[in-house]
Amino acid sequence: MIAVYLTKGACPAHKPPMYGGLRTCTAAMVVLGSMLTGGCISVNAPSEPIVIELNINIKQEVIYRLAEDAGNTIDENADIF
Amino acid sequence: MHTGFNRATLALSAVALTLTGFAGPAFAQRDPAYEAARASGKIGEKMDGYLAIVGAGDATLRQLVDDLNIKRRAVYADKAKAASATLEEYAFTAGCLAIARTAPGEKYQAPDGSWQTRGNGPPVRDPRCP
Repeated sequence: MIAVYLTKGACPAHKPPMYGGLRTCTAAMVVLGSMLTGGCISVNAPSEPIVIELNINIKQEVIYRLAEDAGNTIDENADIF
Repeated sequence: MHTGFNRATLALSAVALTLTGFAGPAFAQRDPAYEAARASGKIGEKMDGYLAIVGAGDATLRQLVDDLNIKRRAVYADKAKAASATLEEYAFTAGCLAIARTAPGEKYQAPDGSWQTRGNGPPVRDPRCP
């Protein structure tokens, strides 16, 4: 039998269940989302200090130039060195 | 803020000098608590010219280290400016020397970032150190 729609059909009361590719895709997104937010990735603070080589740009010639002065500074401030 | 801190430090120093009667030309010595923390390896000399707690420290030790590092930074800043160098350059140079001057048994930071105990031989230092 061929249904004939004389008037514009109303939207269905509920959406039909997803199936096939759409369903798999949505499930994958849900799993991925829960992995990102659900604590699967945990970051722990390291017990050892993190050493970042910020001193890489300090030139040896500068250090040699400052050495005598810095040595005097340490002597003059023996309470904090 | 810095001025206030410096004034407070000066005032404290003056009080300390009066109390101890220490007014000679010789330089001030380390606080006994600081000396003890160094000797027992609770505080170590870092490569960057500052102190750090080795292992688990408590609030008192943290305060001690922070206080000394703030004072060191102020000294570095003054001296670096006078020597036309950056704060980091000056602090690093001082760190080289401070590590070289550690006594056996004290802790220092090796170039790989690990804490080492100073032995009788020379410490392991950055190759740029004088």
